[in-house]
Amino acid sequence: MNVHEYQGKEILRNYGVATPRGIPCFSVAEADAAAHELGGKVWVVKAQIHAGGRGKGGGVKVAKSPDEVHEYASQILGMTLVTHQTGPQGRLVRRLLVEEGADIRKELYVGMVVDRASQRVTLMASSEGGMDIEEVAARTPEKIHKVAIDPAAGLTESQADDMARRIGIPQSSAAEARQFMRGLYRAFVECDASLAEINPLILTGDGKVLALDAKLNFDDNALFRHPEIVAMRDLDEEDPAEVEASKFDLSYISLDGNIGCLVNGAGLAMATMDAIKLFGAEPANFLDVGGGATTQKVTEAFKLMLKNPAVKGILVNIFGGIMRCDTIAEGVIAAAKEVKLGVPLVVRMKGTNEELGRQLLQSSGLPIISADNIADAARKIVAAVAGK
Amino acid sequence: MSILIDRNTRVITQGITGKTGAFHTRLCRDYANGKECFVAGVNPNKAGDNFEGIPIFASVKEAKQRTGATVSVIYVPPPFAAGAIDEAVEAELDLVICITEGVPVRDMIATRYRMRGKKTLLVGPNCPGVITPDEIKIGIMPGHIHKKGRIGVVSRSGTLTYEAVGQLMELGLGQSTCVGIGGDPVNGMKHIDIMRLFNEDPGTDAVIMVGEIGGDDEETCARWIKEHMKKPVVGFIAGVTAPPGKRMGHAGAIISGGKGTAAEKLAVMEACGIKVTRNPADMGRLLKSVL
Repeated sequence: MNVHEYQGKEILRNYGVATPRGIPCFSVAEADAAAHELGGKVWVVKAQIHAGGRGKGGGVKVAKSPDEVHEYASQILGMTLVTHQTGPQGRLVRRLLVEEGADIRKELYVGMVVDRASQRVTLMASSEGGMDIEEVAARTPEKIHKVAIDPAAGLTESQADDMARRIGIPQSSAAEARQFMRGLYRAFVECDASLAEINPLILTGDGKVLALDAKLNFDDNALFRHPEIVAMRDLDEEDPAEVEASKFDLSYISLDGNIGCLVNGAGLAMATMDAIKLFGAEPANFLDVGGGATTQKVTEAFKLMLKNPAVKGILVNIFGGIMRCDTIAEGVIAAAKEVKLGVPLVVRMKGTNEELGRQLLQSSGLPIISADNIADAARKIVAAVAGK
Repeated sequence: MSILIDRNTRVITQGITGKTGAFHTRLCRDYANGKECFVAGVNPNKAGDNFEGIPIFASVKEAKQRTGATVSVIYVPPPFAAGAIDEAVEAELDLVICITEGVPVRDMIATRYRMRGKKTLLVGPNCPGVITPDEIKIGIMPGHIHKKGRIGVVSRSGTLTYEAVGQLMELGLGQSTCVGIGGDPVNGMKHIDIMRLFNEDPGTDAVIMVGEIGGDDEETCARWIKEHMKKPVVGFIAGVTAPPGKRMGHAGAIISGGKGTAAEKLAVMEACGIKVTRNPADMGRLLKSVL
């Protein structure tokens, strides 16, 4: 699960990670009030969406007067912000963060991820802040420093100090940097984060170490113990189809193609998408109905796929293990009838009771195209959609 | 021959009284030699009771002492799964197979840390389990699609493992052992660990390695294969079409920071002499071609 920058900063402040003072705003009037409350001479008006690259897209502006705060807030709120992470359709800005301006002496980078190989949380830092860290990693990998953190000891003082020195934080700010990094680690672990990125972390003219931006992702599997984080979920930032799917315990992801696919199991679902591509078309979605698909679940899955106007055909690929093919067939038939299916449907079923399942499909009177294996199924649906 | 488990393996089921545990324990018991293999269950609140004749003990340690079992399978709910693994490790079992899906990563980091230097091997979590066909199945895979033979299968995904097995069966090729290592980012045995065992197993002639996007376990395994593997290996990687930054069902199946793409994995595997296919319907045929 993702949260907004202002929510991430709220969480981090609870762990002693310093950030500029700021106030989230949902209207221009609130932005005006925030500027007044924060005081000072410089403010930053920041669009709050779940995507990076906001500055380049015109979603972050520095205001030198309350009037400018008003002007920028009016511009940004309600705009459709397009960044390299939103896709060409962009994202509607519904929330702002108004922050006090900071006197930036240096922009640095600090991130945390779970490293799969060492099976530990890893702190990454670089003197090259404020830019795309993947670019830094590609161009100058020697400028990215990493340390794997021992789960029992946590991020030690000496590790934090060493990292601060390596990214060019002066000795006079070492204590602040230490508190910052150790607070970030504690927040990461205690909140079950899966990713934390502070880009940039800044050193101010008076030697303070602040998180100018904050990106936090959380482990979905651990949300059961964090109701306070679940409360931060912003459904406006999520794909409505994916939100709808989660209500029925379906794992769904929208993609750009025109062939919907319904599969049991994540690996098989990806393989089915790959087969569609192999035969010259593109999948419209990833959809894993899981191990215990009922007729209702399959029907909901069909409805979900067909809500996407781009879908011109559907491929069902089921390997019936514990789940029986006849149950799936009944679900497919009921769903096809209920949604009055108007696009070609190819079904490939394998495993437990596959013969029975196939018979059910055949005798249903529905124009269902049957396939023997994944490749056959992909070939058939691609041909059917192409009108061949 | 086989790896990890065979007809003589004795198994403790952690979470035997839950809905999933009960359902799959019945199926495992009814498969091949299962009646002799599944000898104990664990539930501190129902110690002294039994599950359809399988005695229930208060702890893994007691179950091990009383039955001589050396392997456990875990079906307990996600918040308690890592604790269940810890208990099995403390009891010094040889192998723990954790089926549970949805275990928090932080819990697994802590559990894997505690497992350092311990003898217990872990398969999973979030995996279908392990089967040595016609001898024993431990997990949730459908037993009847398998038969005994000489091909090893290792995979991060459940149904895609069954798919590989189904294709082998159509060509008349049985399996020595099939291992689903699971789709989580922090887990137990990796492709490379299973590959080492297949390499040493006289009952395995060749291996199908099924991977997916995310991490670099497949690459690590491929490099090891190039140096050490005495038997042919063929591979498939799911997720060529997966866009970066989107989690494809499995917690570990995500392309992040430009790393873990299927193309990258396939390239490394090919460079290491592993025959790979981009057609998921072709795994069986490809394997047969290298025998």
